[in-house]
Amino acid sequence: MEVQTIDIDTVRSLFPVLDQKVNGKPLVYFDNAATTQKPRQVIDALTGYYEGYNANIHRGIHTLAEKATSAFEETRAAIRRFINAPSTDEVIFTYGTTDGINLIAKTFGRQFIGAGDEILISTMEHHSNIVPWQMLCEEKGCILKVIPIHDSGEIDMEAFDRLLTDRTRLVSVGHASNALGTVNPVKEIIGKAHAAGARVLVDGAQGASHLDVDVQAMDVDFYVFSLHKMYGPTGMGILYGKREILDAMPPYRGGGEMIREVTFEKTTYADLPYKFEAGTPNIADVVAAKTAVEFIEALGKANIAAHEKALLDYATAAVATIDGLRIIGQAREKVSVLSFVIDGIHHEDMGVILDQQGIAVRTGHHCTQPLMKRYGITGTSRASFAVYNTIEEIDILKAGIERAVKMLR
Amino acid sequence: MTINEKQDEIIDTFELFDDPLDKTQYIIDLGKKLSPIDEQYKTDDYLIKGCQSRVWLYAELKDNLLYFYGDGEPEAQIAKGLISMLIDVLSGQTPENIANADLYFIERVGMSSLVTSRRAGGLNSMIQKMKQYGSVYSKLHA
Repeated sequence: MEVQTIDIDTVRSLFPVLDQKVNGKPLVYFDNAATTQKPRQVIDALTGYYEGYNANIHRGIHTLAEKATSAFEETRAAIRRFINAPSTDEVIFTYGTTDGINLIAKTFGRQFIGAGDEILISTMEHHSNIVPWQMLCEEKGCILKVIPIHDSGEIDMEAFDRLLTDRTRLVSVGHASNALGTVNPVKEIIGKAHAAGARVLVDGAQGASHLDVDVQAMDVDFYVFSLHKMYGPTGMGILYGKREILDAMPPYRGGGEMIREVTFEKTTYADLPYKFEAGTPNIADVVAAKTAVEFIEALGKANIAAHEKALLDYATAAVATIDGLRIIGQAREKVSVLSFVIDGIHHEDMGVILDQQGIAVRTGHHCTQPLMKRYGITGTSRASFAVYNTIEEIDILKAGIERAVKMLR
Repeated sequence: MTINEKQDEIIDTFELFDDPLDKTQYIIDLGKKLSPIDEQYKTDDYLIKGCQSRVWLYAELKDNLLYFYGDGEPEAQIAKGLISMLIDVLSGQTPENIANADLYFIERVGMSSLVTSRRAGGLNSMIQKMKQYGSVYSKLHA
């Protein structure tokens, strides 16, 4: 498919938050891997729901409840299309990526992973894809094994081959690294894991808005992601799972909505996807999420990716001339994440001085402390780019870093 | 000079700066001037908890006046500057005055906006630690 140039000025005009000054300087928002800003459509959908048809879904017979229910389910259909899931029954609404991983650990994990079984993750995982497995291993006596990475920030696939055994029940890796930007070869990992009889969970928090996600082509067992990192609202995410696995898994939380029939003697559970959606869900944010998906689809994911790659390439070359600067994460294939350290300068000081120049970056360990330890550092400064960012903003970033270096040396 | 006279002096100095970056530069330069402390004090016992970067602090009582000595890891220049300012304000005062000090200068010089909320947590930890020293020593000599 031919890549088309996106009119960035038009795109920027859809994001009210970008049009402001921070500390007297025009805002340069480069913390997109933490959360992206929201376009007007998403904000309007949120207020439109509360102003027009706020009602609890699925149970009400009245008109507002009907309207809210149908908007809620329209989002499920939009997500199904977005990730090419076979059915909307396999699209579960969660509160975010972390919630999705915990759901799998507490249900699939408890049911299908036992003492002595192994779970494989990689060194570059976010704490959200480490801690739930440690908790499971503590409870069940299973073993968490870690696939090492090369200095470039790429998974050591030979080590993966060695670590993958007939005891491996689950491989859980990120689609892309939030701290390094590395895009992992998930298709290859899935193929090999399946051949060894293991299931695969892909943490798509950093993948969903940048990379092509076709869960059927990937043949992934679980794919989880958050809407707020893809121009949508906070507090909601998606768990995709293959039907036969979801059907075999016990429910997660108990409560309303997830039941078929309750008696004091025995309760039977609802069918997919409701089995995993106990309680009143985050209706407003789910409803608004559809507009975020449509925003990405209208621009075209390939076009967004091409723009972000141009930004990353430009930024990578631009900062290379800064004395003492080292980029952490130099994988061949990356999403738009530029993580760096500078000799003799603390990342927190860098973050404070950039903020005073109106530039928002993330500093610290990025919830990947084991990864930071792997590189022998305590943290990095991270600029991450989205569709509304520009080359001019990267020039401002470069000048901002140079100013900080001058102040701190 | 009293604690409040020291604070007023800092407020006067900061009023000379229009650009927040100039304030930060001033704090960084203070940090650079901080006299290094002996290695024996660079241990977990003297580490200020709650700071992102490592900052150490200890105190000595001489003639019922409490003197503070602090240092930070070399890269942590803003943190070193902040501890340097606090030492300037509180060091050489009585433990009682330190324990009861109202550090209004932080807000007045816009330092709460100068530091990120996480670092402000570190700044609060520094203040608490120093006041704790003041409180402990004032009880010892009561």
